[in-house]
Amino acid sequence: MPDAHLRVFRGDSSTEGRFEEFDVPVEEGMVVLDALHWIQGHAAPDLAVRWNCKAAKCGSCSAEVDGRPHLMCKTRLSDFDLEQTITVEPMRAFPLIRDLVTDVSWNYEVNKTIQPFTPPTDVPQEDWRWQQEDIERVQEYRKCIECFLCQDVCHVLRNHETERPFMGPRYLVRAAGLEMHPIDQADRREYLKDSGGIGFCNITKCCTEVCPEHIKITDNAIIPLKERVADAYYDPIGWAWRKLRGGDAESGARAELPVLQGNPPQTDEAPD
Amino acid sequence: MPDLTNLETHAHDVLVIGAGGAGLRAAIEAKAFGADVGLVCKSLLGKAHTVMAEGGVAAALGHVAPEDTWQVHFRDTMVGGKYLGNPRMAELHAKEAPDRVRELEAWGAVFDRTPDGRILQRPFGGHSYSRLAHVGDRTGLEMIRTLQDRAVALGIQVYMECTITQLISGADGVRGGFGYWRTTGRPVAFAAKAIVLATGGTGRAYEVTSNSWEYSGDGQALAYEAGAELIDMEFVQFHPTGMVWPPGVRGLLVTEAVRGEGGILRNAKGERFMWKYLPDERRAEYAETDEEAARWVTALSQGHETDARRPPELSTRDNVARAIYTEVKEGRGTQHGGVFLDISYLPAETVRRKLPSMYEQFKELADVDITRGPMEVGPTTHYAMGGIRVGAETGATTVPGLFAAGEVAAGLHGANRLGGNSLSDLLVFGARAGAAAARQASSKDAQPYLDPVQLQGANGALAAPLERPEGEDPYAIQRDLQEMMQRLVGIFRVEADLDEAIRQLAELRRRWQVVKATGGRAYNPGWNLVFELGNSLTVSEAIARSARQRTESRGAHSRLDYPASDDATWNGLNSVVTRAADGTMSVSATPLPQMSDELRSLLGGEH
Repeated sequence: MPDAHLRVFRGDSSTEGRFEEFDVPVEEGMVVLDALHWIQGHAAPDLAVRWNCKAAKCGSCSAEVDGRPHLMCKTRLSDFDLEQTITVEPMRAFPLIRDLVTDVSWNYEVNKTIQPFTPPTDVPQEDWRWQQEDIERVQEYRKCIECFLCQDVCHVLRNHETERPFMGPRYLVRAAGLEMHPIDQADRREYLKDSGGIGFCNITKCCTEVCPEHIKITDNAIIPLKERVADAYYDPIGWAWRKLRGGDAESGARAELPVLQGNPPQTDEAPD
Repeated sequence: MPDLTNLETHAHDVLVIGAGGAGLRAAIEAKAFGADVGLVCKSLLGKAHTVMAEGGVAAALGHVAPEDTWQVHFRDTMVGGKYLGNPRMAELHAKEAPDRVRELEAWGAVFDRTPDGRILQRPFGGHSYSRLAHVGDRTGLEMIRTLQDRAVALGIQVYMECTITQLISGADGVRGGFGYWRTTGRPVAFAAKAIVLATGGTGRAYEVTSNSWEYSGDGQALAYEAGAELIDMEFVQFHPTGMVWPPGVRGLLVTEAVRGEGGILRNAKGERFMWKYLPDERRAEYAETDEEAARWVTALSQGHETDARRPPELSTRDNVARAIYTEVKEGRGTQHGGVFLDISYLPAETVRRKLPSMYEQFKELADVDITRGPMEVGPTTHYAMGGIRVGAETGATTVPGLFAAGEVAAGLHGANRLGGNSLSDLLVFGARAGAAAARQASSKDAQPYLDPVQLQGANGALAAPLERPEGEDPYAIQRDLQEMMQRLVGIFRVEADLDEAIRQLAELRRRWQVVKATGGRAYNPGWNLVFELGNSLTVSEAIARSARQRTESRGAHSRLDYPASDDATWNGLNSVVTRAADGTMSVSATPLPQMSDELRSLLGGEH
């Protein structure tokens, strides 16, 4: 088999980045991450790349390959024309640390602002019952491996389109998994509207397209959440009905949570 | 080398090293006991190897088989471990696993459901009843995310992408750890009144492995260097079913749930070979014919009871791995050196629903549609039964102030681990170690003082590979180590090979001592590999020396020169590895802890 030609971004936040080219021997079934490992083992031992499971289960090896967001452990070289150079760059929505590694810590800060799972206090756990069909949607959200590719392609985050905070698709999926849990008691609609900035999503579905777990982020998570928020805050009849039933937006336990601050820090654009 | 006058130092009551399932569970429990907890991990939070666990978590909830009890789970664990497990650990594990699983549900885990709306359980090798609570074939992800979110909700301080290279000790035991930030390369120290090691296993020492780069035996080596004892190191679990093709994914795990749902193993001649490898003393527990095995699968998929017994593919992992290895060795393997595992006779919809990530994994990485044809599989290095010797109740190591839980600790699994028992292990003993560490911390008033001489030594060792003007590339040494361990200390072992392995390990260590890391300090994986490689060399030597000492075959340890179990000499004896005063490794044996009469009676007088 011919060699693959890779053009890999090198550099850190303090220096001007550059691309280095490598010729990598190809084996059948090889993925982009294998090629980077070969480079580490034979040509550039300090090439920085995150990875763990190498089985598309941990979401560590996110990067942009030929300009498209990918998990490198499941991006096969055979999907590319090996006559052409394959360009590998870090995710652009997050600040660069070094080479292909970016600072994704902002995402972990977002997670801290979401009201955690809140089961009922008046139903003993041995009486909890729910059917498989009632949780299939929640299980879909919980397939998320936190690769942050959806955050990377979300134009609100990537282009810093808003000064106000926006939690991004990953955390809308997480919030949906909590909101639609059969027995969760918390109400996150006010948070989603104000702090989470759900209104900034204008459903372009870029996140859904890149999800390696094939979660229908927009259709199954964000739109239903938008509907819930709209029902709570923009629909007077629904609001009155919930007041009568006692299930208004004030219900549910609330813990002291940090408030979501801003968007990912600005990043220096990688050179073209 | 940066001087240490302004060394970044953090102090906690309890420092947990490792943020997989065991570390997270320990941190949560220590926090619940009122301790101030710091949690350090080499990767980002939520990426640890626990996400790779697929099939389920074993707990005698009795939702599918009401006759299942802790007593049966205890017996299965002891039998599966060839009576070499710590009986008290097996007892605590079997008794407490159901509560630990229910606790996850209370923290938001969403397990698959039974028809009456409770947590569903599936069958697995060596478990007498359907016992594994699961979420399709991504149970580990569900567990780590649940624990991660719980830790976040409790406000536990997490130090991500931080490698601990050395424990700092004093006359009263361990006092803290020294390490560095992956992102900057800057040194950092942690002072703690108690430390829990939860760093996972050792599989990266082998060429074909299901383990990630993190599994370099860090905790085992840190503890050994600090004076702790390691036990059972010869028992390395080779999972029967890893992918064998294409080369880039060789070793990648194929969950036992494939067999749990009815997957059939066949050799290249089409023979269902597991029939002939069932051990005689266990044969009565398995089906006698294809027809009986098929009835069992049908009953399983339709959720009704049956008198049919389980298929032979659900024998214990050590046995199935040896069977596959033997079939291939004797020329009945597939083109790529594996055997066939077939689930495609079930409806495609069932396969996709029960095994969604296997379906994706084969489709995307091997161009195989497992609903239409068989997978090719072979053994892959998967799990370390051995590890740090700990007390059953507390996870306390033999070094004061130092605790261990999860795969890094030893004792529960004996000579062979049952599938599903690792996830329950990390919950039960993670919680116990976290509680014990918190208690220990509360008994100490002042934060311990970190000896500057040790810190200076650790700082010098950290910088040395970068400052050497020349030296060998760590990746080359790692490749040689992995190739050698695979060839000489693999599934079948023989004395001459083990002697040769020990000799070669000494040579590899000489090469490692003058290794050179190129590049700078910021996020340099080659530099990080230097420390991991040192740990891999230590645990590899412990594996090879323990394997040479045990002149019998038992569980996952198979000696071609001693093919039978030698109960007269070795029954009830664990291998022990310690660091001698002169720094060399010494290996000996110690009797198993005594078993209570109650537990002995549960084993039916077998042992």
